[in-house]
Amino acid sequence: MDTLYSMLTLALIFSTPIIIAGLGGLFSERSGIVNIALEGLMMFGAFAGAAATVLLEPVFAGGPNLAPWFGLTIGLLTGATVSILHAYLSINLNADQVISGTGINLFAVGATVYMSEIIFGQQRTEAFNKGFIKTTVPGLSKIPIIGEVFFSNIYVTVYIAIALVFLTWFVVYKTRFGLRLRSTGENPHAADSMGISVKKMRYIGVILSGALAGLAGAVMVLTQDTQYTVGSIHGTGFIALAALIFGRWKPFGVLMAGFFFGFSQILSFYINDIPLISGLPFEFFNAFPYAVTIVALVVFSSKSVGPKAAGEPYDKGKR
Amino acid sequence: MKEAISLRFSKFKKYITNEKNQKFVVPIIAVLLGFGVGVLIMIVTGRNPLDIFLSLFKATSGFDIENIWDNTFNGDDGKIFNPRYIGEWLVFSMPIILTGLSVAFAFRTGLFNIGAEGQLMAGGFGAIMVGLLFDLPTIIHLPLAVLTGVLFGAIWGFVPGLLKAKFNVHEVVVTIMMNYIALFTFNYLYKQFEGSTNARTLPINGSASLSSEFLSKITNLSRLHWGFIFVILAVVAFWLIIDKTIFGFELKAAGFNKHASKYAGMKVNRNIILSMVIAGGFAGLAGVMISIGTFDYGRVLPAAEGFGFDGIAVALVGGLSALGSVFAGLLFGALKAAQPIMQASGIPKDIANIIISAIVIFVAMQTGIKQFLGRFKDKEEDE
Repeated sequence: MDTLYSMLTLALIFSTPIIIAGLGGLFSERSGIVNIALEGLMMFGAFAGAAATVLLEPVFAGGPNLAPWFGLTIGLLTGATVSILHAYLSINLNADQVISGTGINLFAVGATVYMSEIIFGQQRTEAFNKGFIKTTVPGLSKIPIIGEVFFSNIYVTVYIAIALVFLTWFVVYKTRFGLRLRSTGENPHAADSMGISVKKMRYIGVILSGALAGLAGAVMVLTQDTQYTVGSIHGTGFIALAALIFGRWKPFGVLMAGFFFGFSQILSFYINDIPLISGLPFEFFNAFPYAVTIVALVVFSSKSVGPKAAGEPYDKGKR
Repeated sequence: MKEAISLRFSKFKKYITNEKNQKFVVPIIAVLLGFGVGVLIMIVTGRNPLDIFLSLFKATSGFDIENIWDNTFNGDDGKIFNPRYIGEWLVFSMPIILTGLSVAFAFRTGLFNIGAEGQLMAGGFGAIMVGLLFDLPTIIHLPLAVLTGVLFGAIWGFVPGLLKAKFNVHEVVVTIMMNYIALFTFNYLYKQFEGSTNARTLPINGSASLSSEFLSKITNLSRLHWGFIFVILAVVAFWLIIDKTIFGFELKAAGFNKHASKYAGMKVNRNIILSMVIAGGFAGLAGVMISIGTFDYGRVLPAAEGFGFDGIAVALVGGLSALGSVFAGLLFGALKAAQPIMQASGIPKDIANIIISAIVIFVAMQTGIKQFLGRFKDKEEDE
């Protein structure tokens, strides 16, 4: 039973970046802009977060360990800043959003490693001392089952992800802003005729997605790694995209899909412990989220899910 | 004199504002701006941008300008010409010309093939499998290996094509997912061959290898191989299919307007599938170039190597044409081949990746570039 609890905890930790970046994708796609640059934005966030943590750790030495928190903030801001490029290309210049996203993904590979070379003189950032440290919440961890899974040996970042899911749900479904955001993704012409600025809504959507993807990247590197390398994100941005689709573009859907994919990733660590799956190659678990998403797309295809106007540049004159 | 210059300038303005010419003017501007970004970043970070161009020159011509300079003025005796660089340049260019053709072919049908990466892995695996499992005379073995690779790539392209045609599932998402499925599936399968380690398979039987002692010798032991013949065949095939057949016309028609094509009695869904199959075949051939040309053994990859994404850059800069893809492939191949030289001369090699990505971003900005060029036009009409 203890194995199961620690598995669930580990699954929560691994699904955290997927969920946060998936929520980022949600804001962008709900506003009508496809964002396949999540991967690249995560890389920027991870690089900036790791670099900031490395550079700030000596500053906070002795005091409370605030460096990783600054790392998260700087990762978030970096992601948001880079995403403005995607917004400008997609919204102002009516660029093909997939090409623009691809360009940013390629840019992330070159730029993060180049900056590492400039700042640290090597192909990766230096290793940080601590990053985030697993905590056990006193008191709450004594609750049976829930305490074991949610409050023992866990990173605070997991709570951030869950809080963001609730916040996203509230913002998207319960506020005027959320209604406007969704309307520009579903029917920008109708939204425009009601006096909503499609441009502004889409800018906000894309920049929020950049901020969340940057945060997700920083969380990932500061909890699952010791330094930023070009392989730190290894496709998690695309898994987040998959979680967004598998979760049907809904906040709690992203939460469940993200957790599901995180769980399938960590299952590969336990191949030898669980009789049912022993003998399966770990590659099976790595490929699983992607295969499931393709199946899900086929299943969903008969119903219309997903923002209708996503991927299309907004053309005022078009009917 | 002044008049002559202004006349020439106005001719130039007319040329670049002509919409017909913009098909290749815009990519050229994107390339120049991309290099501009690279130079700017080098200057801002305190490096000498000239090194980019020295490395590129060395990678494509084999001549080492720095050594020539030192030999002439300092009496050194450095190597001034090494044809190996030219050979390696072609080795880097061949696969991305082919992934460029793959992306361009699908684009012509209105499909975005982000999956060239996965199709390339599938193709590379197919060729290695035939190379390892069979022992036949070269005349049968080599073509069989190449064709199997192409077939594997085609199958990997068939899946997103089928899902698009039957269920209207967006090919961008499916091909992204297929890339990762390919990475993990073929990594696993490579390890199942007899004698494989966790990193690679045994070398394939020589009868299925594209590598050539002759080509290697004339390029001072580069890894240049016979694959270039297949690249030329693929370029010709692309041009024939797209520009010379009714099938190609139907594909392009579907790319322009799916509904009109359907109304005209064309089998749009069948054409979508075929287009992805052919695109997959080109990418599969790219994988063949790498697996049985450059390396001669199967490699377990830690991550995708990016040939498919480079192919997107090649296709866009090449204006989605066969010949354009060749030039663009040679350009990006040069940037890739220059990376080890950059590293050796002490500049971060990732500047090459930054330049490539900047070019893609500027190509994405083409509406903006066209608007900017359009400004010159307006001025002239006012005068």
